[in-house]
Amino acid sequence: MASRAQRMPTSLRIASSLFVLLWFILAAFPFLWTVWGSFKVELDFFSIADWTNALTGARTEAVYGSPFTTTGYEGAWIQEEFWRNVLNTGIVCFFVVTISLTIGTLGGYALSRSTYNYTFWLLITALIFRAMPPITLVSGYLLPFFEWNVWGILPTTIIVLVAINQPFTLWMLHSFFKNIPSELDESAKVDGCNQFQAFRRVIIPVMWPGVITTGLFSFLLAYNDFAVGAMLLSESNRTMVPAIAAFLGTTQTEGNVMFAVAAVVSATVPLFILVMFFQRQIVGGLTAGAVKG
Amino acid sequence: MRHKTFLWFFLPTGLAMLLFIAMPIVSVVTQSIFAPHPAVLLEVENCTPLIGCTTETTVDQEATAALRAEKPLGRFVGLDIYFNRGHLAIQEIGQIWAANETWGGFFTELGNLPFYRAMAFTLTFVAVVTPLTIVLGLVIALAVNSLHRQLKGLMIFFSLLPMIVTPLIGSLILFWMIDSRGVIGNALVYLAGDPDFSLKASTGLMWVALMVYGVWHAAPFAFVVFYAGLQTLPQDQIEAAQIDGATRWQQVKFVVVPHLMPLVTFVALIQLMDNFKVFEPIIGFSAQAHAQSLSTFIFYDLGGETRQLSSAAATSVMTIFGVAILLSPVLVRTWRDFKGAR
Repeated sequence: MASRAQRMPTSLRIASSLFVLLWFILAAFPFLWTVWGSFKVELDFFSIADWTNALTGARTEAVYGSPFTTTGYEGAWIQEEFWRNVLNTGIVCFFVVTISLTIGTLGGYALSRSTYNYTFWLLITALIFRAMPPITLVSGYLLPFFEWNVWGILPTTIIVLVAINQPFTLWMLHSFFKNIPSELDESAKVDGCNQFQAFRRVIIPVMWPGVITTGLFSFLLAYNDFAVGAMLLSESNRTMVPAIAAFLGTTQTEGNVMFAVAAVVSATVPLFILVMFFQRQIVGGLTAGAVKG
Repeated sequence: MRHKTFLWFFLPTGLAMLLFIAMPIVSVVTQSIFAPHPAVLLEVENCTPLIGCTTETTVDQEATAALRAEKPLGRFVGLDIYFNRGHLAIQEIGQIWAANETWGGFFTELGNLPFYRAMAFTLTFVAVVTPLTIVLGLVIALAVNSLHRQLKGLMIFFSLLPMIVTPLIGSLILFWMIDSRGVIGNALVYLAGDPDFSLKASTGLMWVALMVYGVWHAAPFAFVVFYAGLQTLPQDQIEAAQIDGATRWQQVKFVVVPHLMPLVTFVALIQLMDNFKVFEPIIGFSAQAHAQSLSTFIFYDLGGETRQLSSAAATSVMTIFGVAILLSPVLVRTWRDFKGAR
């Protein structure tokens, strides 16, 4: 426990607590507000008359006889067939994570164990690739993809997302493998393994914490992607985020913003659960890159 | 590791990056120096008795198609696209330069050129959001660190949300709240005392809103990194500073911040890269009338009815150059570290 000298003066303690409270409200309130509002009608969610309507749901009660309604969700999931987009996102995320971890671990391991100059240049190239906005690449994809007739389908998007994901995956896994002492696989090689056997028998069993963390971030990249999906997927193959953006284009004219609100809340729930279960890994991953400074 | 083994391990990921990152860059550069073929026009003279002769201009579909099939890339235009009005606008700048005596007038007119407007917003966003993120992240980290242990976990959980949530979704959530009918928008109307007050109407306020979103989205990252750094803070140094009579502020300034300095550099680097990519908030806030970033500039070129591939490609190439310039100090530093570490 902190010593007496380190204890904060009361005024500072209060100021600090108030600040934390303020940040808590800033961080959490928008989500709680939107979740609450997603069960209301549009006139409550966007209330011109009285903002407390959004809390009590006066108009919702007038229409549906209860302050809560699931019409937004029904409209989004059934009428607009949002479940298709959810399914597409599921497929894209699964394959992106699996493929990019498989090839990323091999590459990251090789980068961490080689001492030649070219590893540096490969890592720097990866860093530049990581810094480029994905949309700059998309304009390069369109023409060839139209030409080869592969535009609009899920596999194309999956491969593109895997590639865009690689620079980050390589950096992350590179630093994880650096922390696994190379004596481990070297002793395996002394015992007669070749490099790949050493990797398979010695490194794979101990690499899972790093791989899981990297996988989480690969998942987030695929799940959060907007630029690639919006440009490379046809309307029937859209993933969630481009679909929500498209919702806004079509639904605002029809006065069904609540569909978009419901879809937004539906798309946030998996992320909420992810943070709940993997908080430690996410924090670890965010700081892992920083350790080396 | 031998070269050959390295090659086999690195081949799959290297191939993916070569085919889908390096090749597209080549493709983008090529596209940016070619423009689509104009349609081949035919002039046909129609003579009708009594009415007289009229010349009609029609598109020769066959010749156009043949030309397009022969050279699918289009016609070579060199750097024309880079210098046209939609991009660097060399000619227009010359005119503006000649017409304006003062710097103020020059910059105002420069701001009317779309590419410069996009660049101005992107650079302002990077310059404002990056330092604010770092400061806010540091303050949150210090405040949360002084909390009771069980509250810390809860705070980290909620703090992560703005960052983890899909950028487009996060910006939509905020956008709905600052809508003049939303809860924050309502409060602003009340504070401004003007029932017609709307964030969406003013360019300046829209810029502020976008930057507030940027800080909100990025602060958790800075917070988590700094918070982790605070856990390794050497207690003896703090105690020594206290014995020397340092005030709390001096302890932060002379012990905590120097200890976190490598992390500040790290966060600044990541934030520079990410803020330069600013894209989703502009889409989510439907702010394209008030603010364009380099990314949305490309997005709208690609997404319109007529896909303006050449124009998008030229902007992409210049954006990539921008990234390279932004990163150059880091690259030099990393090279020195690498040389030193071996």
